[in-house]
Amino acid sequence: MDLSVEDRQRLAGDAGPAAQLAMRIVVRLAESMGVDHLLDITGAHVDSCLYHGQSGLDFAGRLVEGGASVAVPTTLNVSSLDLLHPELYRGDEAEGEAARRMAGMYEEMGCQPTWTCAPYHLENRPSFGEQVAWAESNAIVFANSVLGARTARYGDLIDISAAITGRVPAAGLHLDDNRRATVLFRLLDVSPDLLDLDQVYPLLGTVVGAASGSRVPVIEGLPTALSEVRLRALGAGAATAGSIGMFHAVGSTPEAPTLESAMGGRDPHEVVEVRTSDLRASRDQLCTVSGSALSSVCLGTPHYSIDEFQVVVALLTGRRVHPDVDFYVSTGRSVLAELELRGWADLLRSAGVALVVDTCTYVSAILADTTGTAMTDSAKWAWYAPGNLGVDVVFAGTSECVESAVAGKVLLDERVWSGV
Amino acid sequence: MRGCGQVSEQPVVLVAGSASGEVLCLDESLSFWGGVDPRTGEIVDHHHPQHGCTVSGRVIAMPSGRGSSSSSSVLLEAIRSGSAPEAILVLEPDEILSLGSIVAGELYGRSLPVVVLDEATYSSLVTGETVAVGEDGSLHRQSGSVDDDPDNTTGG
Repeated sequence: MDLSVEDRQRLAGDAGPAAQLAMRIVVRLAESMGVDHLLDITGAHVDSCLYHGQSGLDFAGRLVEGGASVAVPTTLNVSSLDLLHPELYRGDEAEGEAARRMAGMYEEMGCQPTWTCAPYHLENRPSFGEQVAWAESNAIVFANSVLGARTARYGDLIDISAAITGRVPAAGLHLDDNRRATVLFRLLDVSPDLLDLDQVYPLLGTVVGAASGSRVPVIEGLPTALSEVRLRALGAGAATAGSIGMFHAVGSTPEAPTLESAMGGRDPHEVVEVRTSDLRASRDQLCTVSGSALSSVCLGTPHYSIDEFQVVVALLTGRRVHPDVDFYVSTGRSVLAELELRGWADLLRSAGVALVVDTCTYVSAILADTTGTAMTDSAKWAWYAPGNLGVDVVFAGTSECVESAVAGKVLLDERVWSGV
Repeated sequence: MRGCGQVSEQPVVLVAGSASGEVLCLDESLSFWGGVDPRTGEIVDHHHPQHGCTVSGRVIAMPSGRGSSSSSSVLLEAIRSGSAPEAILVLEPDEILSLGSIVAGELYGRSLPVVVLDEATYSSLVTGETVAVGEDGSLHRQSGSVDDDPDNTTGG
């Protein structure tokens, strides 16, 4: 392995036990990947701060005791708690305390207490071509695909190790060659009306993700200059159903001005045709229940942006959520601060919406009723919540979610799917 | 016939170790996070064809890792709590799985082998058969037609 002088010093323990452990993890991972040198990074986004059990505390504890301090600006992904509104937590007391202790340890290492799975909503997001080490699947896909920054598909444990050392294996999506699409998705009969609906993008994401595996897909046939909201939903859906770290949408993402550039001038290994019926099947797969009973509405996975809140605010102005329905929107504390400034936070709260920050309703014990049906506009939430929480789920568009919350029962607009 | 006995093509060892157990072939890739309960090893992903099966003590074979990057932590926690698989056999390298095992080795001195197999060997695996995984990633099968030393079939 081609290591720098500083790498060797860290491995030898010269920079303390935590830097030594972090360096060992980076090097062992590089070795397991067959990679012979490392790269410098300029930033990191860390997901290890989410509490999954004693081992997370053991790992963070070992780093803090060993004098860990991050070498590059580092943001933190969600916690299992809403640290600003602890009263929302309904889970086990001891587990909540452990999660809080763990969150504190990551702050102690110098990470910024951003507590969001949407670090691309923060100021100072990475620029085109910048090498970073991001964890959290939706953030990874967004960084690579929408920002044109470069991160491999990092996960827990390596993310903080990279942040402490400032080094990552020179592999994966850090390198030009691995960023070219090898699988081509062609939209066949998907109507412009359907493509004008936000809810189609997370569904398309799950279709693309499931068929891509870990390859880089390119999608042809979409409207150009798609909004960040739509690109993000597509990427989050794809990273849920598959293990992609990047996608190209011709005419929208920065490394895909044309199909040829996205593919690096090469032919695809595979061409996949996507039909409206595939999108509908994806929608049906994300719904575990039919019927009109409704207990909760959960939006904000990944964390809602200001643009997405604008849609909900417009739909709820002058109206109220039905008293039998719990309505949650998860977001980052930086977006919450902006909502407060605009007066939207008060408007939403008085309409009956609970604003959840620092965490997500599917990783934290927040939902008041997990025996009933929850509605969501997120493919990711719909995918994971039944396993995590035991709820039944209905996936639908944002406006259907809001209309249902007001009515107190599931209302679906099936017209968009008619004839499919 | 290929796929019987010791593998003919060189396996790629992502995390070295020796282990043995009953094979559980997963029809689809599994995300440990949201897919496996680290306290019990049960597959809780409702979308997974093997929903309800238990990975504890099994040698699991799946095409690749999938989904959330929290899976490293969930695998680490499963190893700590003793409900992890004995070994993981995949078709494609997966860093997220490797990491959970590497860090378990660093923290608890206990990792599990993660090995990339060639397609022929991978697809010859059958749920319920017993295999031993060697330090070098070699696979020894305890039943069926074996062409290697049958005594050399127990893992660590």
